[in-house]
Parts: sequence; structure tokens; C-alpha cells
Amino acid sequence: MSMFWSLIRRDIVLTLRQGGGAGMALGFFITVLVLLPLGIGPDLKFLQRLAPGALWITLLLSVLLSTDRIFAPDYEDGSLELMTMGPMPLELVALAKSVAHWLGTGLPLAILAPGLGVLLNLDALLFGPILLAMVLGSLALSLLACLGAAITVGLRRGGMIISLLILPLYVPVLIFGVSATNAITGVPELFGPSMLILTAISLASLVLAPIAAAAAIRAHMA
Amino acid sequence: MTMQLSAKNLVCRRGGRTVFSGLSFTVGQGEGLLLEGPNGTGKTSLLRILAGFGALETGSLELDGADDELTIGQRAHYLGHQNALKLALSVEENLSFWADFMGQPATANTIEERLDAFNLGHLMSYSAGLLSAGQKRRLALSRLELVSRPIWLLDEPSVGLDAASCKLLAAAMMRHMEAGGLLIASTHLDLGLTFTKKLNMGDVAERAP
Repeated sequence: MSMFWSLIRRDIVLTLRQGGGAGMALGFFITVLVLLPLGIGPDLKFLQRLAPGALWITLLLSVLLSTDRIFAPDYEDGSLELMTMGPMPLELVALAKSVAHWLGTGLPLAILAPGLGVLLNLDALLFGPILLAMVLGSLALSLLACLGAAITVGLRRGGMIISLLILPLYVPVLIFGVSATNAITGVPELFGPSMLILTAISLASLVLAPIAAAAAIRAHMA
Repeated sequence: MTMQLSAKNLVCRRGGRTVFSGLSFTVGQGEGLLLEGPNGTGKTSLLRILAGFGALETGSLELDGADDELTIGQRAHYLGHQNALKLALSVEENLSFWADFMGQPATANTIEERLDAFNLGHLMSYSAGLLSAGQKRRLALSRLELVSRPIWLLDEPSVGLDAASCKLLAAAMMRHMEAGGLLIASTHLDLGLTFTKKLNMGDVAERAP
């Protein structure tokens, strides 16, 4: 277990230090959400309707932006080879790297979302639901991002391919995330089922994505 | 029972070309195997096969006398062309991470001792990004003795090292063999070390048709 935490700790320290890229996703998230109302104009009703969808799409793209750096640095400096040798199973390595990516990227963005939602006139009633749905949904986003990164490890400029591979898998998270967020002001009965499906997506990714990612890395090392 | 690594009839193909075939050897405890031969004869490929990167096509690779179910890779240190260092971390953080990750957490004192063995003790709190190429190599080498593993697979370990550091490396390899470790190394440089066995990869390499 201490091996698992040591990898998470190292990855988070690396994200926060120079050249780590924690600032990149955060900067992108904030920039888009600041520019959006300026571009759309001061129609408060329209902005309010737009807010949940805009926040979710921005979250998706911000997470995608940092995806190609999940495995690439370790692949380039030979660390990934040593990780493949063990003793920790490669599946757990992939899980640890996903969790570190979530803690360093997805979770901070989810926590900031209600605050930045104010710029889009997000209904105050939705602050709670959007935080909850984003914390849960961003975990699935990080796990799927890790899978994409594992498949494209070793490819130069793999970012574009990752987007093509991963965006279809992000669509359910987007649909049910927005649906859970909107439920309170729209159809309240939808909140429960949407959150349950979002949880199911996250749990399924938690189990399947690391296994698939490990298989992809093994295949690449051969 | 002592441990013995035995390879029989190993074949390596890369990109449709047979790099070597019919390669057999044994290495026992306290023995060192030196891989010699010109570039492109499969020294790196052999070490990577031993470390477990990629499945073995033909031939058998066995570790006799091992008392548990660990793979060769899990018992081995592999030092390739890359140093597996994070430049944004300090010298100490780099080593301490690998010690934790490999399941043998180390105290700051132990880390300093291992660094001292490669004359790096005074740079412990430095960022690894500030080290020279030779110093980075020495930092990677100090990982070998920080985490104790019975098999060392070293691919050109002396690259970038000065004469004094080569002596330190030879001393570390000597200590490993005296403690009953298995050593398989490829090098073009004479480290002043007597290897128990030598394998000339040029002899087993397939001649291009």
C-alpha cells in the first residue's frame, strides 16, 4: 500500500513543480469561463441556461489538455520500464497515476466550478449538485484519460489521437453530468437516476480502465 | 540451494530480422557475465528480455533455486540507457521514491550512505535537473545498492562516467558479486573487473544474409 501512495505523492509533487502542468488545466478552465460571458454578451437568462453545459464542456476539455502528460514523462526517462518490472502490478500503477491525475486536475477544477459558475450567472440552487456531479464525474474522466494516455504512450504528438479515442467515452459523463446538474431547476426526479448512472460510470472506469491501461503499456513494451 | 539463472536457446527477432538465435548461458550466485560484441548484436535486446520487457518467443529462461514465485524482473535491477530520474525532484527525493516504490523504504541516512558510495552525498538536496550527465548516471547507479535485489542487469553502466567514477562502479559491482548477487552487464569499457563468464554476442548473432 505504501508503494501505491508513494507513486501518487510523487506524481502530485511533480504536477505542482515547475513544468508539471497543474497550472495548465486550471489556467485553461478559468480563461474559457472568463471569456465565455464576454463573448456571449450580458443576456443573464441566456447565460444561466448555458451555464451547466458550458461548465461541463470546459471541464472535459481541461482534463483532456493534460492527458498526454500522464505516462509520457515516465516513458521518456525510463521510469515506466522500471515500473513495469514490479513489484507493484502495472494495473495498480495505472490506478495510482489516474488517482494522482484526478487529485491534481479534476478535483480542483470541480471545486472551482461553482465559484466560476457565478460568471455565467449559474443558479445558486445548482452550486451543490454541480459540485457533487463534477467531483464524481471527473474521477471517471481521469481514469479514461489514463487509458488514452496508456494506449498512445510512445507516440509523438499523441494528443490528437487521445482526443479521438477518449472523447466518445466522455460523452456519457457529459450527458449524465449535465442532466444531474440541471435536474433541480428542471425535472427534480432526474437528479437521483442521473447521479446513479454517473456513479456507475465512475465505478466501472475504476475497475476496467486501469486493467486496459496496463495491458496497453505491456503490449507497447514488447 | 543457490540461485541460478539459466537461459536455453534464446531467439530474438526485431522488425523481421533475427538478432541472435540459439543463445544459452547460465549465471550463478556470485558470478558475473559480461556481454561483449559490436553494436547491433543484441546486447540491449538480451538484457531487456531478461528484465521481462516483451514475451519470449522461443527458448527458455529459468531461475532455479528461487524460494518464491517472483519473476526475474521482480528480482532484478535494470539499468538501461535512460536513468529513470525526475529532474524536478531533488537527488534525495528521486532515490527515496524508488526505494518506496520497490518496497524497501529507506531512511535519509541510508540514502546518504548510498550516495556517498558514488561521491554524491554532498548533492543530496540538489535538484536532479542541476546535475551533469555523469552525476545523473551516478545517481541512477546508487539506486542499485539502495534497494537490494539479487540480479543486476546493467546496460552500458559506465556511459558518461569519468575514470574515478568507473572505479566506484567496478567496486559496487564487485561488492554485489561478493555478496552472492548475479550480475549481467554489457560494456565496451574495461572496468578493471574480472568477470566469471564472457559471452561474445558477435558469435551468436545471425550474419546478415
